[in-house]
Amino acid sequence: MKMIVCIKQVLDPEAPPASFKIDPLSHKMVLPAGIPPVISSFDECALEAALRIKDTTGGKVTVLSLGTGLLRNVVKKPLAMGADNLVLLEDEAFDGGDSWSTAYALSRAIKKIGSFDLIFCGRQADDWDAGQVGSGLAELLDLPSITVAKKIDITKDKARVERITDGGHEVVEVDLPALITVSSELGPPRYTTLEGIMTANQKETTILKPTDIGVEASQVGASGRRIDLQKIFQPIREGNCEFIVGESLEEAGANLAMELRKAKIL
Amino acid sequence: MSEYNNIMVYTEVAGEALSALSIELLGCGRKLADDLGQDLCAVLVGTKVSSLAQAAITYGADKVYLVDDPLLKDYQSDSYVSVLEKAVTQAMPQILILGQTAVGRDLAPRLSFRLGTAAVLDCVQLTIDPDSKLLLQTKPVYGGNALAIYTCKSYPQIATVRANVMSHLEPNTSRQGEVIIIEAALDPSAVRTRILEKVPESIEGIKLEDAKVMVSGGRGIGDADGFKHLEELAGLLKGAVGATRPSCDNGWVPSTRQIGLTGKIVTPDLYIAVAISGASQHLSGISGSNTIVAINKDPDANIFKEAHFGIVGDWKKVLPAFTTKLKEILSRA
Ligand SMILES: Cc1cc2nc3c(=O)[nH]c(=O)nc-3n(C[C@H](O)[C@H](O)[C@H](O)COP(=O)(O)OP(=O)(O)OC[C@H]3O[C@@H](n4cnc5c(N)ncnc54)[C@H](O)[C@@H]3O)c2cc1C
Ligand SMILES: Nc1ncnc2c1ncn2[C@@H]1O[C@H](COP(=O)(O)O)[C@@H](O)[C@H]1O
Repeated sequence: MKMIVCIKQVLDPEAPPASFKIDPLSHKMVLPAGIPPVISSFDECALEAALRIKDTTGGKVTVLSLGTGLLRNVVKKPLAMGADNLVLLEDEAFDGGDSWSTAYALSRAIKKIGSFDLIFCGRQADDWDAGQVGSGLAELLDLPSITVAKKIDITKDKARVERITDGGHEVVEVDLPALITVSSELGPPRYTTLEGIMTANQKETTILKPTDIGVEASQVGASGRRIDLQKIFQPIREGNCEFIVGESLEEAGANLAMELRKAKIL
Repeated sequence: MSEYNNIMVYTEVAGEALSALSIELLGCGRKLADDLGQDLCAVLVGTKVSSLAQAAITYGADKVYLVDDPLLKDYQSDSYVSVLEKAVTQAMPQILILGQTAVGRDLAPRLSFRLGTAAVLDCVQLTIDPDSKLLLQTKPVYGGNALAIYTCKSYPQIATVRANVMSHLEPNTSRQGEVIIIEAALDPSAVRTRILEKVPESIEGIKLEDAKVMVSGGRGIGDADGFKHLEELAGLLKGAVGATRPSCDNGWVPSTRQIGLTGKIVTPDLYIAVAISGASQHLSGISGSNTIVAINKDPDANIFKEAHFGIVGDWKKVLPAFTTKLKEILSRA
């Protein structure tokens, strides 16, 4: 089973909400220097899905990431978790893309990587929450796609996927090759082991530039965008909470009940 | 791009009727169509759905593109994308609006790539820019830590819209409209996925989206047993129990109870958040609640920025006393 997992380096989405600030010059979201970037959380789930298949049926997991300023200890984490090799699309030209230009560059890189049975993406990236690259990639590569998966079973040349729907889930079968986007309901991704970290550095990392995947710099990153960001701003949270107190916490609890009654909320 | 005209809304069917979100989208589409002086079209896809065309008109559509075919019984990307591609190519709308549902979030991106245009998902506001006449698409980004406004240069401009952020029109059964039938003409072998089974959520009691009162628990609840206290309170208030992602990921509650950006969006009258820090991704799902009550031992927890009433302290002390007092009050009423 040859698998490709697309992962994105993002600002830590779990950083305290108050620490997210918009840089007025670049209009980009920034976090304080002490909070390092991470792999987008659903991408770790996507990787976990691939590694579980590798554990049971064997195979090779290639991790693909596009970006600039990719920190090696971040993007190499998948190798420490058990992936086999890393392909980085790393160039200034890839910066500032949208779902379209990102999916386009990834599709070209995947063509370059060659044959595969399964591609995994996260359901959406933790930064822009766009939720499109997986489906877009499938469209560009003319693959069937199953989105928002929580369980994947492989039988020979087929995948049986549980995909989350609004009213529950459905079990969908697809012939390989196919693309699957993964959600956190899959279950928590594995931890890196000390052994994993030690072997990660011996695994192969390839860096690809636009010319390596046969694209013009003007087709990728910010120049290849199809949607324009007109404005980004932070909603102001009012913070007019009425704190209920009492002699003890138990009394505070009782007072809350009376307060809600008085306000005709209950 | 002048050949592109009109606004199109993709309507979904829930049971025997148009879904509540589809009706909201028709209201939103009607407003945009009026702003631009254009028509509102609905596109209705499925098996035996033709009787709902009139409902789309009743809720604001001028035209309904109807694709009714036995092969369209269940949503599958391949069949629905190809049918929508047909409808769009025929109707040539400037704007296509879908719901941010399991269907919409699968269909919109794939369709936009097929059509060579772009989509913006999970919008909370759609307006027309008075100068450029482009659609301004506002959506939460960074888990709700910011809002972004996008425009798209190519047609149709495709957006999915979150539930409960738009208002529907009052139904008007005397509205007249045109129904245009499109043949699906699907090749079954071009549908590369097969649905083997549909497993409905096993929800005991009230559906989260319908609950007037919600009691939700976060990581600070500590274990599955802790949630029993929340269930007791929810039962008393005829409400439902919800949870944050960590509570679901830890298996304390089924993942179908997750509230937030990637869980369910709820709009109860009262939302009681117990031991929840108030991450933006969670707040995304509850900001439509009328009243939010928070119990958290950390006075600086972000949830208190969103809450109307709060208690700083250990929920294990606060909640049982709150529940007992409520019982007393309610039995007196
Ligand atoms: C892309 C993305 C999507 C996400 N989608 C969702 C989503 O849909 N829904 C969601 O909920 N999360 C979502 N998350 C996760 C989110 O970022 C937060 O991690 C999560 O909401 C935090 O859950 P929590 O409040 O239960 O846990 P924590 O943040 O760990 O908070 C626990 C709180 O409990 C309090 N506490 C502890 N013990 C007690 C006690 N005894 N009494 C009182 N208070 C106590 C603590 O003070 C703390 O504030 C998403 C994350 C990402 C990156
Ligand atoms: N720059 C990137 N590099 C690698 N994979 C990406 C990148 N951007 C998005 N993806 C993949 O596509 C998924 C959806 O991203 P998005 O459409 O941006 O929300 C992510 O979860 C990743 O799996």
